[in-house]
Amino acid sequence: MEALLEILKGLHPEVDFETCDTLVDDKILDSFDIITIITEINTEYDVAVPAEEIIPENFNSAEALYDLVERLQDED
Amino acid sequence: MQTNVLEYLEQTVFQVQDKVAFANESEGVTFAEVYRNARSIGTFLNRRGYTREPVVVFMQKHPKTIVTFFGVVYSGSYYVPIDEEMPKHRIELIFKSLNPRAIICDEVTEEMVKEFVYAGQVYRYEQMIQTEPDEDMLGDIRRQAIDTDPVYIVFTSGSTGVPKGVMACHRSVIDYIESLSDVLEFNRETVFGNQTPLYFDACLKELYPTLKFGAATYLIPKSLFMFPVKLVEFLNEHKINTICWVVSALTMISAFKAFDKVKPEYLHTVAFGSEVFPIKQFKIWRETLPQVKFTNLYGPTEATGMCCYFKVDRDFEPDEVIPIGGPFRNTEILLLNEQGQEAKPGEPGEICVRGTSVTLGYYRNPEKTAEAFVQNPLNTAYPEVIYRTGDIGRRNARGELLFISRKDYQIKHMGHRIELGEIEVVVNQMDEIKSACCIFDDDKKKIVLYYVGEVTAVEVAVYLKERLPRYMIPNVIRVLHTMPLTPNGKINRVLLKQKYMNQQ
Repeated sequence: MEALLEILKGLHPEVDFETCDTLVDDKILDSFDIITIITEINTEYDVAVPAEEIIPENFNSAEALYDLVERLQDED
Repeated sequence: MQTNVLEYLEQTVFQVQDKVAFANESEGVTFAEVYRNARSIGTFLNRRGYTREPVVVFMQKHPKTIVTFFGVVYSGSYYVPIDEEMPKHRIELIFKSLNPRAIICDEVTEEMVKEFVYAGQVYRYEQMIQTEPDEDMLGDIRRQAIDTDPVYIVFTSGSTGVPKGVMACHRSVIDYIESLSDVLEFNRETVFGNQTPLYFDACLKELYPTLKFGAATYLIPKSLFMFPVKLVEFLNEHKINTICWVVSALTMISAFKAFDKVKPEYLHTVAFGSEVFPIKQFKIWRETLPQVKFTNLYGPTEATGMCCYFKVDRDFEPDEVIPIGGPFRNTEILLLNEQGQEAKPGEPGEICVRGTSVTLGYYRNPEKTAEAFVQNPLNTAYPEVIYRTGDIGRRNARGELLFISRKDYQIKHMGHRIELGEIEVVVNQMDEIKSACCIFDDDKKKIVLYYVGEVTAVEVAVYLKERLPRYMIPNVIRVLHTMPLTPNGKINRVLLKQKYMNQQ
């Protein structure tokens, strides 16, 4: 989780990612951020996010994103 | 002879009255409604004395916004689209050069305007379309108009910190739409999926051909460009067959393997531009959709959208670039070397545009206009203005034009044209900042800001978000103790860039 928060903070240092659960709904993340997050998750956790998992529900909060990472790691 | 862009609408409206012209995910306007409401808006504005002046359209992306553009043109004025997500500070900068007397808003932006320093009138779409179109008035406006009158002003990044307003006239827009339509073979069956914002010239590609052919345009919600599978599903749901997108929107689909899940079923024409298409990603598109015609487009806002095209007719190796090809009909590209002479075959030169597509210049900015809109140095016989793009190009052995690089610190980021200097000017306005320099990481496509000053990166980010559009916010912000300088005392950009790239 720490590493994921690092990635997110790198994109928007002023956002409280530990509590915010409307990252997509409130347009905090844009398409560039999504691309960056997926690329960096791949480097950090060695998981590839498949296209069908790139949906708003998985990116609305750091927690949802972390769940996704864990789920993808389990599938490996 | 066509002299006004609205003739496109007038020539087709009675053939396709009930067809939807412009739509988003939930609503649309028919050609009959576009025609009726645009003339209502024209009548409303002209009756209140607005003509031959900039009228700001400050609305969210919506079919009504497009109708409003045409309404402003009917009134004899020219429209100035403003991004509703742009920070207040930047809009006020634009207003300072524009000094508009009228702004057209929707329910959301009407509230935002109340916060601005602005003394003129605010009108709403719903209010204006109540007016009955006045045929005599609209006829008089048209008779007094000529094809070198402006259609719009769009604002683009300026290195001095102040955005520049590029003005294009009817003749340039018509020239562009005719040439583009020939190249991409638009017709009445064309269904566009619009990606680009309405506040840039990029959307000309969809708006005017839709009128010309009685075609249709769907405005794709911006949020879908984060979610590739949903995006392709949207294309299929609305039977979209033609897209003119920035490269980053296309690569988002291919890089995340969305084609493994769903493929565009109706697509037959893909035009792309504004950035270099990585060959690896391009191959995925071409192999997935072998029936699709791909065209690379190139051109600056100052030459009315696009001025060069290349129909992709062969495969490219990963280390090659897709050419920008050659100019549209009625346009010439000159490659000029530093002496103002034509570059020799194979030699690099600055890409300069000659033709009707060259726009009128920058609004109320004679200095910047004079720098870029210059007398053709190859012509000493009579006045002839060409536009110097600042892009460096060369011709390959096949005679095709290739884009090489920029002469200055302008970059392309997510399809947006950005002057790094404009970001630096804003950073330097922060009291605590002693020195600032932006570089661009070409590999990872990130804007990197280095600064010296007693302030945290978070504070810098917050400050910038209040003043710059989000696509101009640096993706990486780093503090330095001292700024590296060149022997001449200028910031050493080359060293900073090397330092950054070595850390990656």
